[in-house]
Amino acid sequence: MAENSIPLPGSIDLAPARESGGTLLEWLHEWIVTVDHKRLGILYILYATFFLLVGGAEAVAIRIQLAFPLNHFLSAQVYNRFFTMHGTTMVFLVGMTFVFGFANYIIPLQIGARDMAFPRLNAFSFWVTAFGGLLLYYSFLGGGGLYGVGNAPDVGWFAYAPLTARAFSPGHAIDYWALALIVSGFGTVGTAINVIATVISMRCKGMTMMRLPLFSWLLLVVSGLTLVTITPLTAAQVMLVIDRYLGGHFFDTQAGGSAVVWMHFFWIFGHPEVYVLVLPAFAIANEVIPVFSRKAIFGYPAMVAASVGIAFVSLSVWAHHMFTIGMTSFSNTFFVLSTMLVGIPTGIKIFNWLATIWGGKIRFATPMLFCTAFLFQFLIAGLTGIMLAVAPWNWQLHNSYFVIAHFHYVLVGAIVFCIFAGFYYWYPKATGRMLSETLGKWHFWLFLIGFHITFDTMHFVGILGMPRSIYTYEPDRGWNTLNFVVSSGGIIQAIAVLIFGFNLVWSYFHGRVAGNDPWDAWTLEWNTTSPPPPYNFVQEPVVRSRRPLWDEKHPEDPDWGYEE
Amino acid sequence: MSAIPAIPPAYEGEWRTPYRGKVAMFGLIIGESAIFTIFVVAYIFYIGKSLSGPTPQQVLEVPIFITICLLSSSFTIMLAERALARNRLSGFAAWLGSTICLGLIFLGGTAIEWHELIFRDGLTISTNLFGTTYYSLVGLHATHVIIGLAMLSLVLVFALAGRMGEQHAERFAVLAMYWHFVDVVWVVVFTVVYIIGR
Amino acid sequence: MRRFRSFISNHRFCELPGRLALALLWLPGHGPQSTPSIMAPASTPAQEIHSLSYFVLSITGGIFIVVAGLLLYAIIKFRAKDSDSEPAQIYGSTQIELAWTVVPVLIVIVLFLTTARLIFAIQDAAEPPSALNVTVIGHQFWWEFRYPKFGIVTANELHVPLSSSQDPQPTFLSLLSADVDHSFWVPQLAGKTDLIPNHPNSTWINPLQPGMYVGQCAQFCGVQHALMLLRVYVDTPEQFAAWVRNQQLPAMQDPSVAAGRQVFETQACINCHTIQGTVATGRFGPDLTHLMSRQTLAAGAMANTPANLRQWIKDPDTFKSACLMPAMQLSDQQLDQVTAYLLTLR
Ligand code: HEA
Ligand code: HEA
Ligand code: HEC
Ligand code: CUA
Ligand SMILES: [Cu+2]
Repeated sequence: MAENSIPLPGSIDLAPARESGGTLLEWLHEWIVTVDHKRLGILYILYATFFLLVGGAEAVAIRIQLAFPLNHFLSAQVYNRFFTMHGTTMVFLVGMTFVFGFANYIIPLQIGARDMAFPRLNAFSFWVTAFGGLLLYYSFLGGGGLYGVGNAPDVGWFAYAPLTARAFSPGHAIDYWALALIVSGFGTVGTAINVIATVISMRCKGMTMMRLPLFSWLLLVVSGLTLVTITPLTAAQVMLVIDRYLGGHFFDTQAGGSAVVWMHFFWIFGHPEVYVLVLPAFAIANEVIPVFSRKAIFGYPAMVAASVGIAFVSLSVWAHHMFTIGMTSFSNTFFVLSTMLVGIPTGIKIFNWLATIWGGKIRFATPMLFCTAFLFQFLIAGLTGIMLAVAPWNWQLHNSYFVIAHFHYVLVGAIVFCIFAGFYYWYPKATGRMLSETLGKWHFWLFLIGFHITFDTMHFVGILGMPRSIYTYEPDRGWNTLNFVVSSGGIIQAIAVLIFGFNLVWSYFHGRVAGNDPWDAWTLEWNTTSPPPPYNFVQEPVVRSRRPLWDEKHPEDPDWGYEE
Repeated sequence: MSAIPAIPPAYEGEWRTPYRGKVAMFGLIIGESAIFTIFVVAYIFYIGKSLSGPTPQQVLEVPIFITICLLSSSFTIMLAERALARNRLSGFAAWLGSTICLGLIFLGGTAIEWHELIFRDGLTISTNLFGTTYYSLVGLHATHVIIGLAMLSLVLVFALAGRMGEQHAERFAVLAMYWHFVDVVWVVVFTVVYIIGR
Repeated sequence: MRRFRSFISNHRFCELPGRLALALLWLPGHGPQSTPSIMAPASTPAQEIHSLSYFVLSITGGIFIVVAGLLLYAIIKFRAKDSDSEPAQIYGSTQIELAWTVVPVLIVIVLFLTTARLIFAIQDAAEPPSALNVTVIGHQFWWEFRYPKFGIVTANELHVPLSSSQDPQPTFLSLLSADVDHSFWVPQLAGKTDLIPNHPNSTWINPLQPGMYVGQCAQFCGVQHALMLLRVYVDTPEQFAAWVRNQQLPAMQDPSVAAGRQVFETQACINCHTIQGTVATGRFGPDLTHLMSRQTLAAGAMANTPANLRQWIKDPDTFKSACLMPAMQLSDQQLDQVTAYLLTLR
């Protein structure tokens, strides 16, 4: 019996008591010293959510400044710091930490493991990453910075040389930027290694690689990609620090160093990085879309292949960020081709999702709403990406608001939307209570409207020739109305996000009790209590197919019959 | 559930997954290789781009001896692995010890080389592009040797304290992987710095 | 030469579907002259890019309509009406998956080939002997323009001759930087190209309509990147010749403002500014020899009016905080004199 059946869902009383008894201090101490993947996952996610608010607040400030021409809401210096910190925060402290937060919480549950492969390394990585983030923001608090000069970084998240050299950036703004990211980079690599080891070595009985849930599969790919993505940035930043502190000449154009080399190194990191951010979004969609369409994912092997394909191709396209630096016409042509090729595996994913929905019975609960919007928005974002990949057109669009629009369409329209979907989908598992659907609908529709007001309009501002990274603009450029519209959308998004924050807190106390499997889903995490006990499963599960709970619920028509 | 007939077995044979330590070390090595790749690319790109001397031709000699030492240490650590797997602990300690010695000789050689470069040829990391790239690349590798030696010495201490046994063979193999990686990297660095770059 | 003309008089490909896509997306086709819209090109490279963009828009637009249409149909058609039974489970279909792999491949090939053609056409266009050469040097946060052929040095406002497909008068720009990365971008004339220290670049424009075209630095280059504006005046041959003649003259020597000139030459001004025919030979700031021939001051930071000029010299930060020109702490009298002097530099 035990051998060839999945352990029955543990009964509620197995769920650990909500308020762990003891003083607040003990409770705090418990969370700080924890090595439990679920708690670390939650810590990661709370950390990311906090910085989403901060980065978002910076974005709102940016938009207020740009709402009117020649506006004086922010000074030039402050604006430059804000857009740099906004980008850096959102990519490194929000995107990356959400990725590994979800990975930490979900993967062990999904593959029927009791914890990550290296629980202590896991805790270490989180605290290192967290410290990196705080170090970055200390550059604000520290006012004068460590030695009384400098302040928050103000050179753009790409920090092009030689603007970052001592000569042009005295003080310690750049040092904060480099060191903070080097530090959090170590944490990221640690977690990536941990995820890889977990997925490969901790799978429960019967969970072959071709039975691995797609979420875990994609995070495996992401972690692999992270290993070869973050490390080049670390290397480049070490060189930068050597230049600034030991008088090195890597990027010192006065001594024969090259500014272009930095660009290459940064984008060798920067481009794969954006796929590191988007693949987890795909991963969430891969769980949500089938469950709410009540159908198995269409073309599982193709989905896996496409993800791996995207990861590999994405390593060869970085210079599409550099079409304007005067590369030879040959290399320009090469990077046009490699960039456009990415569209093919990505297309396969879109079509597979379409086919998954097709003929299903779609339940539009909040997670599915967010994922549906994601499908449309990612389609558009991808196509504007293709437009940018057309090098000659890129010579016009590069560093214009069209680019800003393109990547917010992905980073917000795809990633943030999917992260919200993930929140509504897994919150019940993590807390034992459902997020309020009413507030969820408000959150969704407001954020959707705000998003489109802001970022659809942004494309046109870009086409009218507005460059990025400018703290003000002339009134006679014909950008005034559009910019005002863009900004108003930003406010609406902010309201939506605040509703979301309220929902998180309110539902924790007043939400409907979820039970083990509120969505009638199919992967192993729904086979234990909500929240799961520290050891996750009463007994180690055994699986025979990609959807163990489907087999359980439909003994008359189990999946294993259809999988090779 | 067992009421349902014909439930296929979840898997054929015994269910095994790779040893997580090996997987993790493999991941670490991938990441490290990426770091070294960037530094090596930078080195190659900047060959001959220095605006002032000294140039590699003028100041670098090929460090044959220490290279041989480091590479042979890959061999000795392999023998150490064998010994541990067969639970021949004295042999293990001996081979491990010689590995560490070879590593130390390598570091000593590098130290002497750097001392001469700095005080005889006046080449520092801030002298010119060659200095910058040379010290960063070779220094990066040296740091890895130091880390490796630290861990090996720790194991040696345990071994001498009699705390090591064949049950640790699998873990020690992971550490050995790292050491082999450090050696392979040196082959690359050596070719780039002392052969191509000179 | 012939090759060049045949290229610039090249017909626009795929005009029709382009217009269609345009109508679909409702892009502002034309704006007032001071809107640097990439959809209102006035020079060969910009026009070529413009028509390519229509072609790409129509293809991507097509993809969008098809895929979004299917998605829309699916989410409407397949909403759950009852929840008693599960729908039929379908796990995949090799034929279909093959189909939607092959079609995109074909699309990519088409897109790639058209793109490649234009990359080579623009980047490797041969320079005709009739071309004018100008060296553009980016500074934090202003532009320096040098005309080797005429021995002219000026700033922030580039004058070029009008061209036409009958007798092409393109201007070829070689792009250098004195400090950090900048990017030369006048959307209606050509795509942008970066100015990178010790990485010389080049680009070219072939303006076919006279007028003034605005642009600005398109690569973040420090505090005042936003106020590193740029103007290109496309002059008729006569206008251009006149402008050249004036720029070639040494600075005006008006005895009535000798006092101002005296102030200028005894202050640090001369360390950073050049005024032809005086002791002022600084290179750090813009050449002031014909300052009054410019419509704007400090790279478009403000209009070139006496009041602005005086205030600028008094305290540049009022217009351009943290720009690299210091406030010179002149007395009001000195200010009046210097301003008066500079106002004579036509
Ligand atoms: C998660 C983030 C993310 C993702 C997924 C993408 C995806 C893509 N991006 Fe984007 N991009 C960014 C984030 C992202 N990008 C960021 C942050 C920047 C700016 C960085 C900075 O400068 O600060 C940027 C900038 C950027 C540039 C440089 C712009 C410039 O600065 O000049 C380019 C140019 O090629 C580009 C292209 C693409 C392409 C081709 C894709 C492709 O992956 C899209 C593939 C998807 C599709 C094509 C749609 C679905 C496919 C089909 C329906 C099949 C049929 C379609 C075809 C056959 C074409 N991006
Ligand atoms: C995941 C990544 C991510 C996300 C989610 C966002 C979200 C947003 N971004 Fe971001 N953005 C980037 C990544 C991202 N951005 C990057 C990488 C750059 C490039 C930086 C560079 O060039 O160096 C950039 C640059 C960038 C610019 C260009 C700046 C410039 O070049 O001058 C603009 C301008 O409009 C902008 C706007 C916005 C807006 C309106 C949102 C909105 O979606 C935000 C919505 C609001 C919230 C999500 C939170 C609101 C909550 C509150 C306000 C509550 C109050 C909280 C407190 C008071 C603590 N972004
Ligand atoms: C430390 C160097 C320095 C000194 C000294 C200096 N300037 Fe400048 N000046 C600059 C720079 C740099 C700019 C360009 C500022 C910008 O556009 O960002 C400039 C711009 C100007 C301009 C506008 C030029 C244009 O083409 O728009 C005028 C006029 C000017 N300076 C006058 C003066 C006068 C008069 C003095 C002396 C009283 C002076 N400058 C002293 C560096 C200097
Ligand atoms: Cu010069 Cu931006
Ligand atoms: Cu990219």
